[in-house]
Amino acid sequence: MSIARIKGLLLRYYYCYSRSTFRILDIVFWPVMDLLVWGFLTMYMLKVNGSVPGVFTFLIGSVIMWNVLYRAQQAVSVSFLEDVWSRNFINIFVAPVRTFEFVAATCISGLLQSVCVSLIMIPLAYWFYQYNFGMLGYCMIPFFINLLLMGWTIGLVTTAVIIRWGHQAEALAWAIPFLIQPICCVFYPVDVLPAWLRAISLCVPATYVFEGMRTVLKGGSFAAKDLAMSVVLNIVYALLAAFLFEYLFNEARKNGKLTKMNT
Amino acid sequence: MSDLVLEVKNLRKEYGKKVAVEDVSFVANRAEVVGLLGPNGAGKTTAIQILLGLVTPTSGTVNIFGMAIQKERVKILQRCNFSSAYIWLPDNLKVRENLNVFASLYQVKNPKKKIDELLQMFEISHLANTLTGKLSSGESTRLNLCKSLLNDPEMLMLDEPTASLDPDIADKVRKLIVKIQKEKNMTVLYTSHNMKDVQEMCNRVVFMQLGKVRAEGTPNQILEQFNQKSLEDVFISIARGGDIVEKEEE
Repeated sequence: MSIARIKGLLLRYYYCYSRSTFRILDIVFWPVMDLLVWGFLTMYMLKVNGSVPGVFTFLIGSVIMWNVLYRAQQAVSVSFLEDVWSRNFINIFVAPVRTFEFVAATCISGLLQSVCVSLIMIPLAYWFYQYNFGMLGYCMIPFFINLLLMGWTIGLVTTAVIIRWGHQAEALAWAIPFLIQPICCVFYPVDVLPAWLRAISLCVPATYVFEGMRTVLKGGSFAAKDLAMSVVLNIVYALLAAFLFEYLFNEARKNGKLTKMNT
Repeated sequence: MSDLVLEVKNLRKEYGKKVAVEDVSFVANRAEVVGLLGPNGAGKTTAIQILLGLVTPTSGTVNIFGMAIQKERVKILQRCNFSSAYIWLPDNLKVRENLNVFASLYQVKNPKKKIDELLQMFEISHLANTLTGKLSSGESTRLNLCKSLLNDPEMLMLDEPTASLDPDIADKVRKLIVKIQKEKNMTVLYTSHNMKDVQEMCNRVVFMQLGKVRAEGTPNQILEQFNQKSLEDVFISIARGGDIVEKEEE
């Protein structure tokens, strides 16, 4: 692995994002819109019927945490698509770049984007709603790491699927996270799901994070068992995603689909 | 040190039932310019994609610098480079930024000096801070060539590098490639539909048609084999199914 090559790829993303107001807006705009819509909706609900205790803190916290996962996933998939759209994909892969270095660069880009978005949303949440994200305390760190890891994993799977099915699958880069959102109980507790869906939900690492966040905000403590479960699931899925990516990437080399990505 | 830089043996690539490359073998030695020629659909691009490790062959081997591309892709690509008229650099980056990125990927020592040298050599220094998307096709081609020389490659693969250039710039670029190739003793694998380019630059040519090698030799040997006056005539003859004229028949 070469740090210099990873830096080179990151430099490319930096130039690309720093040059384009629209790309920066894309990273910042949607999370801020989420925060505003959910925040004001919750305030309205509280005025009309303030019977759900803690609903405000749950929802605002969930919006901020969800965007950590979403930005990490988007950075991995969209960084790959940037090279496809600019027809630079072949140039990258005829350079001495290992697949692992390419993936590592997109993951670091995801980390940086997630941190930036959180650093914008947390003060905004305080400014608009006097919402103190610091209520989560030290739990923020394992929550953040778990959501980041899951975002990377989904990003890697999305990219692998796009490599396999080509341009027609590009829309999945935006769709897949929203397929997972209802299952991982971002905005509601897991027990509102029907039993069969609850079983699936408990196989998703983010479910434990969002459940844990609600427990902490209610004044409880995040169960170490749940944290361990989330970490184990994340590691298992990340390994499976890496194998899937490697497999589909090699298949694309065999059936010529890798070079078709440049057309 | 062995003079053999590239050795392609019995290369075959199938896409389902379609055979894109069939039993292709050829070599390229140090400081040699080898032209890979053929009509559209001859299998040149697939062959180059296999040499670059972008496509896995169905069977056969590709050794570059004595190493198999399948196993030592990164080590080989560190010492090679590639430029194509049909592959672009990101248009939302400035010329110098694009070269900075690739200088990092190829781990070029003293990148600023190298980039300045190359921009000057290709007469595009004044465009260093211009967005790549605003370049003309001739300027883009020269930028691609700058990128392809960043790491002082021992082997350079050029896919129709003068395809979109006007005759004046094409001539300058051709002369520059020949000059650099001679100075650096570089091996060049060159595909082009411009037979004038090929006749002027290549020490040896490999003619492909329908995935197979139809003829191989120096430009003069090829002319003799096909009993034609120019490589252009040979090209047309091969594209229309003409065959090698046996000596006895002459």
